[in-house]
Amino acid sequence: MRQRSLIAITAVLSAGALTLTACGSRDKKDSAGGDSGTTTVVIGVDAPLTGQNSATGLGIQYGTQIAVDEANAKKTVPGVTFKVVALDDKALPATGQQNASQLVADKQALGVIGPLNSGVATSMQQTFAAANLAEISPANTAPELTQGKNWQTAKKRPFKTYFRTATTDALQGGFAAQYAVKTLGKKKLFVVDDKQTYGAGLARLFKSNALKFGGKVIGEDHVNTGDRDFSSLVTKIKNSGADLVYYGGQYDESQVITKQLKDAGAKIPLFGGDGMFSDTYIKTAGKASEGDLATSVGVPLDTVDAAKDFIKTYKDKKYPGDYGTYGGYSFDAANALIKAVGEVVSANDGKLPGDLDKNRKDVVAAVQKTNFQGIAGPVAFDDYGDTVNKQLTVYQVKNGKWTAVKSGTFDAA
Amino acid sequence: MHALPQQLANGLFLGSMYGLIAIGYTMVYGIVQLINFAHGEIFMTGGFGALTVYVYVLPDGVSMWVAVPLMIVGGGLVAVLVAIGAERFAYRPLRGAPRLAPLITAIGLSLALQQLVFNLYPNAKSAISFPGLPFGPYHLAGIRIQAGDIFLLVAAPLCMAALAFFTKTSRTGRAMQATAQDPDTAQLMGINTNKIIVIAFAIGGFFAAIAGVAYGFKIGSVSYDMGFQAGLKAFTAAVLGGIGNIYGAMLGGVVLGLAEAVATAYISDIPGMQQLGGQAWAAVWAFVLLILVLLFRPQGLLGERVADRA
Repeated sequence: MRQRSLIAITAVLSAGALTLTACGSRDKKDSAGGDSGTTTVVIGVDAPLTGQNSATGLGIQYGTQIAVDEANAKKTVPGVTFKVVALDDKALPATGQQNASQLVADKQALGVIGPLNSGVATSMQQTFAAANLAEISPANTAPELTQGKNWQTAKKRPFKTYFRTATTDALQGGFAAQYAVKTLGKKKLFVVDDKQTYGAGLARLFKSNALKFGGKVIGEDHVNTGDRDFSSLVTKIKNSGADLVYYGGQYDESQVITKQLKDAGAKIPLFGGDGMFSDTYIKTAGKASEGDLATSVGVPLDTVDAAKDFIKTYKDKKYPGDYGTYGGYSFDAANALIKAVGEVVSANDGKLPGDLDKNRKDVVAAVQKTNFQGIAGPVAFDDYGDTVNKQLTVYQVKNGKWTAVKSGTFDAA
Repeated sequence: MHALPQQLANGLFLGSMYGLIAIGYTMVYGIVQLINFAHGEIFMTGGFGALTVYVYVLPDGVSMWVAVPLMIVGGGLVAVLVAIGAERFAYRPLRGAPRLAPLITAIGLSLALQQLVFNLYPNAKSAISFPGLPFGPYHLAGIRIQAGDIFLLVAAPLCMAALAFFTKTSRTGRAMQATAQDPDTAQLMGINTNKIIVIAFAIGGFFAAIAGVAYGFKIGSVSYDMGFQAGLKAFTAAVLGGIGNIYGAMLGGVVLGLAEAVATAYISDIPGMQQLGGQAWAAVWAFVLLILVLLFRPQGLLGERVADRA
């Protein structure tokens, strides 16, 4: 009897496993088939699409989708139909690397938009570089991704295939510190980070700049991503007498921290980076978020005329997620790839050459030469793959909405 | 050691939540020697059940005095049904199988429940906000107590007292104790052990649902993966207190919560320990405590000797 049920379970399990693999292989086949008249070019997207960070991650997916739909409708590149293949990295470096391998293996993929998390990017760069596949991140801000580990002393670009439309934390951390200490006059700072590549790096840069401007760091702590109870931490912050909390990390944790901080009776603002500049932050934290601050990359999308159509399409199509953080940069990044593919096609008498490796190399070279006016500002890359658009904006929650209070850039020297 | 009373209170509230979840682990283990790793997910479905009642069943703007009891009923119903279903369809067919089989099944069930909620519940792909209690905070001797903590402060002792009363005095409760001591003999004495096991799962599920509602009030949101970390902590609490012992589970939870709060607040103040303190290290210190307790009292704080039968 026992034996039989064991056999039954094994049979069910293997049947299930087989069905799943069958699904997988069928999907693969579908994506390989293209229209007969045109060539299909895949633009990969890698971002967290579920769970942690997914609100801003979905903004990347659909920002790219809108650019691709537009290019297909306008036939921007004659003879080429673009297709988005969006993969979910769940904000995990290991998953990001698997996705990178999958995109590299896709014979139609000529470029990738993403990822969101700097920590995920570090695990993907090598894979893309080995395959000469262009990667443009609309969100990564860790300086070492483009300028190498010793970026403060000796800048050196580690990967020729990696570009980004977002500026770096070297500027963002300084911009935030300047605003907190100089503009707001907050001198007693409590700095918290989530120990991730992005969060810890940003917090460190905020700290060093704040010290330079005359601020004082009276307390520091670190949290784990996924933590939800911060009652001890907020009691500590409250008792430290800090007048501002700086958080390096994503909205998932900071929205809970700010709520518990205000509940504990500490009426001080929480200040963060682009990782927490999301409408979801305000929705979850509610009234507790009032007065909180965040820096984000670029100028506020809502105020740019060129972005009106983009925002309208995003809202009309009822796409999920928040477009405000990275949507515009994703749209611009996708257009940089589309234009690069266009260059390669027009250099070859209006047809995409058959050699995949050469195509990918040519796309990377074309992306490097990108120069156009995007919806979130000028799109062009310097020798390190960094954007020339160094705009940053400080936002504050006023009446339950992120309101831009200062736009500009930060002079690191 | 500034703000020590507040930090101890923080630990107590968090610990009571761990304790409520830990009861489910400990009762099931005490009776069938199964570590039900899906229990964290039962806690999660309890939270979602309560949320469903609030969002989809109750009319808008209903008073929280009416809503909270109904949310507990709804969350409890969902969690108890999931717990009983798990017992009936996942664990009962494997009773008598080698220990490893139900353990692996529990881990599989845990993943399955997470993915079910993730895929089927509307908008559950990221955290969903949970209604808050419209009163508080209260100040008592310099300690600030949130509304969600009041809920825990009332619910946890009430649940413990009810459970103690039930196991000590009722016929079913005594049958439960007998089954825990020796299932075979209990069966020979005319106790329907299958029924007792179902009841143990149901009680554990209901307590987990209360903890799920408390989590919602305390944190302000529920998510499909909230059961993983909470379940792991609660399991630790059950082991710390002595697995199989219901009072031990609650005590273990409170001790664990206090350890985390104190570690977060004070370890980094010790000279030379800045790098090893704070929120990120709280769990590490809690586990150090667990190891120390198990070194000197392998049966846990209040544990009985189950090792020789296991």
